Amino acid sequence: MWPIIHKLGSPKWFYTMSGRWLPFLWGSGALLIIAGSVWGLAFAPPDYQQGDSFRIIYVHVPAAILAQSCFAMMAVCSVIFLVWRIKLADMAAGAAAPFGAAMTFSALFSGALWGVPTWGTWWVWDARLTSMLLMLFIYLGIMALRGAFASRDGGARAAAILTLVGVINLPIIKYSVVWWNTLHQGATFSITEKPAMPASMWLPLLLMVLGFYLLFAAVTIARTRNEIIRRQPSARWVRALAQGGRNGL
Amino acid sequence: MVMGAFTLSDERTAAGRLPGLWQGFAATLARDCRLRFRRRSELANPLIFFALVVTLFPLGLAPDSTLLASIAPGLLWVSALLAVLLSLDGLFRDDFDDGTLEQLLLAPQPAGVLVLAKIVAHWLTTGLPLALISPLLAIMLSLPGHSMGVLMITLLLGSATLSLIGAIGAALTVGLRRGGVLLSLLILPLYTPVLIFGAGTVRLAIEGAVLTPWLALMGAMLALSLLAAPWAAGAALKLSLDG
Repeated sequence: MWPIIHKLGSPKWFYTMSGRWLPFLWGSGALLIIAGSVWGLAFAPPDYQQGDSFRIIYVHVPAAILAQSCFAMMAVCSVIFLVWRIKLADMAAGAAAPFGAAMTFSALFSGALWGVPTWGTWWVWDARLTSMLLMLFIYLGIMALRGAFASRDGGARAAAILTLVGVINLPIIKYSVVWWNTLHQGATFSITEKPAMPASMWLPLLLMVLGFYLLFAAVTIARTRNEIIRRQPSARWVRALAQGGRNGL
Repeated sequence: MVMGAFTLSDERTAAGRLPGLWQGFAATLARDCRLRFRRRSELANPLIFFALVVTLFPLGLAPDSTLLASIAPGLLWVSALLAVLLSLDGLFRDDFDDGTLEQLLLAPQPAGVLVLAKIVAHWLTTGLPLALISPLLAIMLSLPGHSMGVLMITLLLGSATLSLIGAIGAALTVGLRRGGVLLSLLILPLYTPVLIFGAGTVRLAIEGAVLTPWLALMGAMLALSLLAAPWAAGAALKLSLDG
């Protein structure tokens, strides 16, 4: 176990290996998102009550799931960084934060659009909506705090601590539809139960969710690679990379 | 063997002379309270701010007593929350500037315990007085008389939670030159649950509903932040001193 972790924690090893994963991640992510969009937007049957407006689900639900998964991933990275001081974990957490904020905003925005035809309003102060809005603010706070420190290490540790404090919001979002009687409906997917929708509706949604996860992995890895280069531009392997192009490694 | 036993007993006597956990806690608490009471004018600032913000609302909305009574719980709670927020920047600032904080973190007692002492001193000089003067302002907003006690209890419980959570933000931003706005950005999202349950309990008290579960939840939030916040703030202070 430990040799693998040490290897993974080495920026050089990660840079080399992730260069091989990236094309696969980008390709399969794009494929799933395109397939899911076309299937969901053009071929899935319209909802018997909502008509075509329900198709917003194909953006709304993946964005909301990713917003929370991204935060969970940042929290795990923060623990790894604070406990074992593996810098790569911090780079990954920093790389994921803007993506998570963007996903939270997308979920809120698409939800507002969806609210107009179904609930008759752009916004309600419902527990699920409010807790998602708070998560957006926490994301922005983490990014602002990281940028406010003069020293990179100070900013990294401060952001990690704030991420771990902000994790308290995750179960609140998850269970907000259970604990409070809200306008927002319950969970769309569950591991133990069959979805309430017919397969022709939830299969494209599943494709979209998986596609979003692959996109998230690709974006985060690509941004982490940039950060590795940005942090150690004078390392020998980075200079060799700059001189020899991709064949250098 | 003999040498080992010797050094062990040596360490024991050395440890025996060190001040214990509670001595460290009490000394820090007494010092912080003394310092705060010596700056009397600063002591009153959060209270004046609280009263001023409460005054703004009837002027901005309408001086209509039925309207004010219906929004008084939230209004008082938001104003008290902002008053606590404004006082947070001074929680570690002076000690950071003159180097006391470094000595505190070098002390043999765990950082979390000493930070907790500072938080308690902060609450005794902000949250507690805020709760005590709140009925006065509540009368001006024509809050029904039977809910005054509940307002005070929620403010007592809630402001302690606010001080604890706020200490994390204050510790994270104490090393930054312009940390004030950032502090609010970090802390306000975490304050919302306390606000929801604090103001909600007072609203229920006006309606005469059962309050026990709401008060229990506020106590649970206090217990949770009491458990976690001092340690998180201690860790944040260490990194603020390093950076």
